[in-house]
Amino acid sequence: MATRMFGMPVQRTEDERLITGKGGYLDDLGAGAYAAAFVRSPHAHARVRDIDVTGALDVEGLVAVYTHEDLSGPMAEPLPLLIPHPAILDGRTPYALAKEYVHYVGEPVVMVVARDRYVAEDAVGRIAVDYETLDPVVGIEAAARAERVVHAGMSDNVAAHLVQEVGDARAAIAAAPNRIELDLDIERSACTPMEGRGVYARWDGRDAMLRLYSSTQTASGVRAAVAAKLGLQLGQVEVVVPDVGGGFGVKIVHPWPEELMVPWAARALGHEVKWAEDRREHFTAAAHERAQRQHVTVGFDDEGRLLGLDVDILHDNGAYLPYGIIVPIVTSTQLLGPYKPGAYRVEFRSLYTTTAIVTPYRGAGRPQGVFAMERTMDAIAAHLGMDRADVRAANFIQPEEMPYDQGLLFQDGRPLIYDSGDYPASLEKIKKLVGWDDFTAYRDAARAEGRKVGIGLACYVEGTGPGPYEGGHVQVETSGKVRVATGLTTQGQGHQTALAQIVADELGVPMSDISVTTGDTRRMPYSVGTFASRGAVMSGSAVALAARRLKEKALRIAADALEADAEDLEIVDGRVQVRGTPSAGIELGTVAVLSNPLRYAFDEASKAATQFTGAADYTRPPVAADDEPGLEGTDFYSPLRSTFASGMHAVVVETDPETAEIRILRYCVVHDCGKLVNPLIVEGQVHGGVAQGVAGALYERMEYDSGGQLLNASFMDFLMPYASEVPKVEIDHLETPSPLNPLGIKGAGEAGVIPGAAVIAAAVEDAEGFAITRMPVSPSELFHLRRRFDKGGIAPLPGAYSRTGEANA
Amino acid sequence: MRVTFEVNGRPVTADDVWAGESLLYVLRERLGLPGSKNACEQGECGSCTVYLDGVTVCACMVAAGQAHGRRVRTVEGLSSPGGGQRLDAVQEAFLEAGAVQCGFCTPGLLVQADDLVGRTARRGLGVPGDAEIREHLAGNLCRCTGYEAIVEAVRLAAERADAAVRGGAR
Ligand code: FES
Ligand code: FES
Repeated sequence: MATRMFGMPVQRTEDERLITGKGGYLDDLGAGAYAAAFVRSPHAHARVRDIDVTGALDVEGLVAVYTHEDLSGPMAEPLPLLIPHPAILDGRTPYALAKEYVHYVGEPVVMVVARDRYVAEDAVGRIAVDYETLDPVVGIEAAARAERVVHAGMSDNVAAHLVQEVGDARAAIAAAPNRIELDLDIERSACTPMEGRGVYARWDGRDAMLRLYSSTQTASGVRAAVAAKLGLQLGQVEVVVPDVGGGFGVKIVHPWPEELMVPWAARALGHEVKWAEDRREHFTAAAHERAQRQHVTVGFDDEGRLLGLDVDILHDNGAYLPYGIIVPIVTSTQLLGPYKPGAYRVEFRSLYTTTAIVTPYRGAGRPQGVFAMERTMDAIAAHLGMDRADVRAANFIQPEEMPYDQGLLFQDGRPLIYDSGDYPASLEKIKKLVGWDDFTAYRDAARAEGRKVGIGLACYVEGTGPGPYEGGHVQVETSGKVRVATGLTTQGQGHQTALAQIVADELGVPMSDISVTTGDTRRMPYSVGTFASRGAVMSGSAVALAARRLKEKALRIAADALEADAEDLEIVDGRVQVRGTPSAGIELGTVAVLSNPLRYAFDEASKAATQFTGAADYTRPPVAADDEPGLEGTDFYSPLRSTFASGMHAVVVETDPETAEIRILRYCVVHDCGKLVNPLIVEGQVHGGVAQGVAGALYERMEYDSGGQLLNASFMDFLMPYASEVPKVEIDHLETPSPLNPLGIKGAGEAGVIPGAAVIAAAVEDAEGFAITRMPVSPSELFHLRRRFDKGGIAPLPGAYSRTGEANA
Repeated sequence: MRVTFEVNGRPVTADDVWAGESLLYVLRERLGLPGSKNACEQGECGSCTVYLDGVTVCACMVAAGQAHGRRVRTVEGLSSPGGGQRLDAVQEAFLEAGAVQCGFCTPGLLVQADDLVGRTARRGLGVPGDAEIREHLAGNLCRCTGYEAIVEAVRLAAERADAAVRGGAR
């Protein structure tokens, strides 16, 4: 029996290419393409009065200049609203090039095509746009006040308004023996992959075919969107996703204005065109996330059990709503985490502002939801003088209550029903890993030395692997090599390795014989995309199902050839053989030959399948009515609903008594994503996620001024952490299989980032003794909070846990 | 202008180079060496890190003209100068430690990591500690890995280099 690959820390097959400089990313392609660049709005809100391009026309090497006036038909209409929802009151989307108004700094207004990027940028600099500036609307407060509105024709800035309620939360809170209110605030951050967006288009006029390369998280989505806008049949558009230098959510948005303009121009010019985003463009004109204000009212009993929870959320969705309201829906549902909330009411308003659009960033609304819930848990503990872990434990859904129905509708339009999970076991693990029960002594000892240390804990549940579906195609070549394709794309998660591991086990072939293609509509046109931690769950399941189909066929054909019973056959190392008699067998490649009856022999191997070779059965056609030639299997996996991963983080911080610098001493993670396909890959995902969580909690924020200018649109000013800032992570796994899919797996891609803000806020709060309600928290903010606290401007935390240190000192 | 220099041991020439053109642009667009990546063009991310006369630089911040008559080594040349082996020791360590996710930062990090191993373990100066590794890489951004596996890879490469040096010295 060959070793099982599933579950092994297999080295990634994609890496050799990537470490030798042979990766093929978007900007590594299309050496002969014209370069595109865009004139972008310098104003947050303005009317375009006039565009004067004459200054650019004598730039040597200029090819074309386009404005909205050059567009017609669907291209001149607004971009699609990708995910419609009945709660959307007024869903505005941008144009491919601004029509009359611009609504954020960075919005594309004019497209320039030139011989190379240097020339294109020169031309951009010489185009004069005359703007009538209008009032910017920056920040949630300004948007909610609605003294100024973002979009003409609207009376306020509310894009969407949704209420979900289970039971009568307000009545339950009113009747509860204890009641707390919290005001919470989280600022904007962004995915910031190292590779920005990029598009490269080739139009073949003779074949009337478009080949589009895009650094996207959805090949099939881009294909459909571009075909619709350019007035092409789906069959005329091929989308190929090359190596992608990270996505983290931002590249799921499609079609970007640039993603339409580049193929449109390539067709208009009959010449290849490419655009690779620069860093400033990515900061200002891609997408951000996270900004929310939350008001929480909670009622609970004296044991800390929730009786009623009422949450009001204001969500900043930026200038447009192309991705609908997925982010606030995720916040308002995933907020519940591993807990039973009693009665629950959640209401959100999604607000327009004159800033970059807001679309999912790894975690996609969960970090904010977890922040709300976990800050609430800590506040309850403080109020009752209880241990913070005990309050959580008192509210956990128990393993025997699974599947557990939260009574809400999730972001995939399906019921929010948790499939499996063991939260008490996770809590035990994390407490042990971080040394929760011994911490008071450590904190007291530290305080006696004049040091401030604190510990925090945060739990989350994450709906992963949402539908509607993904497909898998597996084919055995006559050489015995196996080709696997799935439609979803990859941005560095090692899908090629993980999917090959799965197919290797299903088929009984060595991994070295398997090649995997992702995100290529030529190989698998039916697909959805990579988001919501769905790669392994969806495509993993789909390729497993496809491989099972193929295997069934291979065994049937081999049984014929070996005159054996298919039931007695197994595939070992790429060879079909009789169980117990390995000498009686046939190579899978030979089975592939036999699967395709031939008239012509092309080589030695194919002779075996020709019409005068071997014993023929004259009573049936060479290919049976219910069969087809070739040794391949295609199947699709469509889940009933999402599968729910979970985890808990605990962190120990030390805050400098003088400078208020926040140092992470320990960062511990317990993570349950069901069955692990590849622990090496999953750990890498956790490490990367934690780094982004820490970054979002301590360093990263998008600093818009009141005029809507992004002040820190570079790596100099936006503090993305280097190796010197990211802590070491200690990880423990729990594997609670999902009953929903054939492999028992749950998604792992986003988990690491989700509780970051919540857990660090808890630890800083523990170290300082006053509530932390706004994230991120920088040393200077903490410094100011301390001063306010010292002057009595902030109340000390009630309850024993925060005072343990002083009480014992 | 015409710029002539040495890349990965080969003499190269680029013609019609504009004075403002970066070394990174010349490598990627004119010399067919796209391994070095452009992720900021501001000297802040290190994705474009290459050796210039044995010193690591951000190729996006070096004017192509400054490279004239000098030696450049890029990720594409990491494994070749020794000849023979498929991968350089640092590349091998990245592979084993799982230090690559999307790979966009990787070419620059490999060069910077190679530099550290070259300055320390390969010279018989021992294996750098965690803090030293992190400090040396603190000009290279990676958004995927959280750096832990990268630090591990550098340590692994340094340990092997150290063992080789000591073995040779004995
Ligand atoms: S591209 Fe050169 S440092 Fe970022
Ligand atoms: S591996 Fe993706 S940026 Fe480092």
